[in-house]
Amino acid sequence: MSKILVLTGKELKSYFNSPVAYVVITLFLLIAGWQFATSLFLANQADLRQLFGIIRFILLFFIPAISMRLLSEEKRVGTIELLMTMPLKDWQLVLGKFIAAYILIGITLFLTLVHFITIASIGSPDVGATFGGYLGLALIVGVYLSIGIFTSSLTQNQIIAFILAFVIIFVFYILDKIIFFMPGFIANILEYLSIDFHFNNLARGVVDTRDVLYFISMMFFFLFLTTQVLESRKWQ
Amino acid sequence: MISVKNLTKYYGPSMAVNNISFEIEKGAVVGFLGPNGAGKSTTVRIITCYLSATSGSVSVDGKDVLTESLDVRKKIGYLPENTPLYTDLSVMDYLRFMHNMRRSETGGNGKNRIKEVVSTCGLETVSHKNIDELSKGFRQRVGLAQALVHDPEILILDEPTVGLDPNQIIEIRNLIKELGKQKTIIICSHILPEVEATCNKVLIIHNGEIVADGTPSELRTSFEGKGRISIEIKNELDSFLSKVTRVAGIERIITTEKITDNLIRLDLETIKGIDPREDIFRLCGNNNTVLLEMKRSETSLEDVFRQLTRKEVHDE
Repeated sequence: MSKILVLTGKELKSYFNSPVAYVVITLFLLIAGWQFATSLFLANQADLRQLFGIIRFILLFFIPAISMRLLSEEKRVGTIELLMTMPLKDWQLVLGKFIAAYILIGITLFLTLVHFITIASIGSPDVGATFGGYLGLALIVGVYLSIGIFTSSLTQNQIIAFILAFVIIFVFYILDKIIFFMPGFIANILEYLSIDFHFNNLARGVVDTRDVLYFISMMFFFLFLTTQVLESRKWQ
Repeated sequence: MISVKNLTKYYGPSMAVNNISFEIEKGAVVGFLGPNGAGKSTTVRIITCYLSATSGSVSVDGKDVLTESLDVRKKIGYLPENTPLYTDLSVMDYLRFMHNMRRSETGGNGKNRIKEVVSTCGLETVSHKNIDELSKGFRQRVGLAQALVHDPEILILDEPTVGLDPNQIIEIRNLIKELGKQKTIIICSHILPEVEATCNKVLIIHNGEIVADGTPSELRTSFEGKGRISIEIKNELDSFLSKVTRVAGIERIITTEKITDNLIRLDLETIKGIDPREDIFRLCGNNNTVLLEMKRSETSLEDVFRQLTRKEVHDE
């Protein structure tokens, strides 16, 4: 465990030593804040539902941008060779990087709490729904990141990693918006696979283990695939 | 210490290493010598557990690289080809990271160990700079420091002096020699003087096979084929030329270079194991020829290397 955290620490240091972290956090907060403010005055409602919708949309782009370099850059520069010859299992490597990116987004999400405070001071928002919403966001971030780190393991090129991650995430994002065109049984499957379907349950303030389980297994699945990709490199 | 048996590695359909076997004893400084693409880096990558072999087995200090991979990795300090580094970290942060990743091998006193490594590798003046601001020479030293930080028993350096200036090359070589007193070291290189200067055993690898191994001097003697003597002589040239090929041990005249009408330089090929210099001297005396210069050239490791690697190409 300690090695995973050492790697996490190093990744975070890399994020904050370069402009990446600051650019990401600032841009994210700017866009979210601007959208939040406009919708707040338009809807005239003390409600965070609008904000969550916006954040979910922004994450579509931001998470691939954060995850794209995690493994592809190591492959391009060759530092992957150092990492993989250290006494560290492949899954520890993947997890260490995953946690680092998670923390970066976590900090960003935490800062959006300022909007909740604003709303709480002018009205009385639904605390349960807010909590559920944030839990849902945190889980969505995990799923998106695991997809991002997976595509990053496939290529040496950050741009390709970004686009692939975006495409896969977008498919999951769009699923529950196209089910109206599908026959019933397929619609049921697609609905279950759709990220938003599970998020909406949580955002209503109902924390159902089935939804949480969905998110966790998605994360697990993509992280597992990533370790398999790393492992397969040995046998090429 | 390191034992490699029947190691074979394919990348897809193309073969990189073909059924090689060798043993490296504890404390040896071994040079892997071969032209680019000979299979040196592949072999080293299999020993360091970065790649897996297609067939064959490798064990380090009795531990198998496949089944006890983590134990093997703990024993090895590795500087990969082209010295990959995390350029967005400072030298200190980087070494601290590498040290912490290997905390289980090093025990607790990280600060002292890092300080020690920094001074061994001469990094004091740059320790707080970011790695991307460093010159090639310093980067190479950071790479070496990183490989040393957990005080490994085995040090594997893949082309450690590529891109350095002559002074830096000598510094790194001296450092390697110093380290070789306590550690088992493998150096990959295609630069012969480097291997000759630092290693006490050489494996020449070509087209994925070991074509020769031994100490540098063993290699030189076993591949000492036909020798070569060059002489510069004056007067009575025609009669000298007709007699010289009859001297015992001289096979033929390779080149004749006329400097003036009365002065020529000859390159003679000699039969293996015979030294005809004394007879040449006598012949000159008897023939009234003046011997201005005589030099025997020894087979260098470079000749051995060229012979071996070129021959292979012809065989194909």
